Amino acid sequence: MNMKKYTPVFCLIGAAVIFQIITSVLNREFYLTQLTMSAYYCLVILGLTVLMGYAGQISLGHAAFFAMGGYTTAVLTTWNLAAAQEGTLARLVVQLGLSTASTNAYGVEIRHISPWVSLLVALAITVAVAFLIGIPILKLKGHYLAMATLGFGIIVYRIVLGSRIFGEADGISDLPPFRLFGPLYVSGDPALRVQNFYIAAFLVVLAVVLLQNLIDSRMGRALRSIHGSEEAANAMGVNTARYKLHVFVLSAVFACIAGVFLTHFNGGVGPSEADVMKSVTYVAIVAVGGMANLWGALAMGMALNYLSLRGYFGSYDEFVFGGILIVIMLFFPDGLLKKENMRSLTEAAIRMKNKIWKRKNELS
Amino acid sequence: MKQLSRSFGGLRAVDDVSFNVEKNSITAVIGPNGAGKTTLFNLISGALAPDSGEAYIDGRPIHRLPPYRIARHGISRTFQNIKLFPHMTVLENVMIGRHIRSRSGFLSAMLRLPGSRAEEQQIQERSMEILALMGIEGIAGQEAGSLPFGKQRIVEFARALATEPSLLLLDEPAAGLNMYETAQVSELITKIRGRGVTVLVIEHDMSLVMNISDMIVVLSSGKKIAEGLPSDIQKNREVIRVYLGEDNA
Repeated sequence: MNMKKYTPVFCLIGAAVIFQIITSVLNREFYLTQLTMSAYYCLVILGLTVLMGYAGQISLGHAAFFAMGGYTTAVLTTWNLAAAQEGTLARLVVQLGLSTASTNAYGVEIRHISPWVSLLVALAITVAVAFLIGIPILKLKGHYLAMATLGFGIIVYRIVLGSRIFGEADGISDLPPFRLFGPLYVSGDPALRVQNFYIAAFLVVLAVVLLQNLIDSRMGRALRSIHGSEEAANAMGVNTARYKLHVFVLSAVFACIAGVFLTHFNGGVGPSEADVMKSVTYVAIVAVGGMANLWGALAMGMALNYLSLRGYFGSYDEFVFGGILIVIMLFFPDGLLKKENMRSLTEAAIRMKNKIWKRKNELS
Repeated sequence: MKQLSRSFGGLRAVDDVSFNVEKNSITAVIGPNGAGKTTLFNLISGALAPDSGEAYIDGRPIHRLPPYRIARHGISRTFQNIKLFPHMTVLENVMIGRHIRSRSGFLSAMLRLPGSRAEEQQIQERSMEILALMGIEGIAGQEAGSLPFGKQRIVEFARALATEPSLLLLDEPAAGLNMYETAQVSELITKIRGRGVTVLVIEHDMSLVMNISDMIVVLSSGKKIAEGLPSDIQKNREVIRVYLGEDNA
């Protein structure tokens, strides 16, 4: 095993541990809450980076896949099985062992569908939908693909906003915690902040490792070749239509998992998670992270989401992300955090330093 | 090896063209601009679907298959206006050529299973061998898009060769190259044939065509107007007419 390849991964783990220790020592663990949320959003961003940056297929509809994860688990796990005991379906769920009991925020014990089950259902729905819409729309390219995915995102948003079952504008709240195993719970309980931060960090590290492996493989090369020249890739025997579809589904799965976990962590989900502006935010972060740069996307995803969630952008939030996207597309259409840009930046810094030196010497 | 008969499009860009290519030969397709040479290549490689007609390689039909499937039947190609993967290195470009000769999927790649790692090693070694054969192992790590034109052509060659084709389609391999580079290309084509590959080449450079080809097919306005040995084609009146535009030749 190549140790050098995994150095950044160890650095990432180290950074997570250091953050946790600092906040705990300073008695500022509440910062971890937004870091945890940012980490889940980063799962969406990492999946989207592979789709956009490497395979070259834009999606302005990834908030929809996130929402599918979040809303599926919200609808299923807030279904009170004890109250619906006389219903056949509810009895069947309980008898099949698909339910679990937990105490809600008010100390009342409730029986509900196990979040593991709702996670699997959410994944099944997401995979099915991603396949169904991916087959027709991935035939489109560039702006047309952007428009089609945007349309898909808007449809999902309107469905979520207009359906009683999804809580309309209020969304769904009072989700039970997601017991992973043993004492590990995905939940917003302040007492479980530290373990929730590590659960999210673990998922991010896992995602980075898996996706980095994918990029460095035969499959990753095939995806990048589609980006380079679809015609040539096809002539080399790469089944471009199929790979585009598979990577689209893969990135949708990442968004769905993030949706399920973050919804259990937040204890609720609202229509803003499905909003098209959310999708634009994800795309903006992938772009500012360097397009084809997992680490850049991760760094930017953590930083910008954290600042946004802590409210530093205030009511200018949408303005900030929209502005970022415009600036990147105008001046760095291939993404910002790239080797070439870094090089020219360093060169500019050196030139500046030399100039200052010269000025200093002239003055003295 | 192949029996080809196609008509195509309202324009009849390729009109009922039939010919055979002998195994392990070098066959040139020549003709004035707009004769339908590249369209013919696009039909063979599957980039365009034919309106009618059939194509076979080793007796197997390929005329209804998408391009990626045709590639798996051992047909590889280069493009008239080079189509490399510009942001990938030369080595990575050639490694794409090994795609159809390897198998690991999404899951085994993400988990880096031992099988996929061994395969990756093989792909890399084999690709380096091909770079060495083409004499460009020195630029393996360079980004393909940053190379000079002549070098890009050779990388495209190497990429096509990495698929281990039985039939290689070269679309104007000497276009835009100087005399020295053209001689190099001619040498490479002969070398590739020496490895048992059948070559079908579109080319305007007549000295190159006459030097290397065993057979020549001449197209004009989508129709085949002549087929034969280089020496015969040079004497063919019809060919001279379409090339020089003589009315009373």
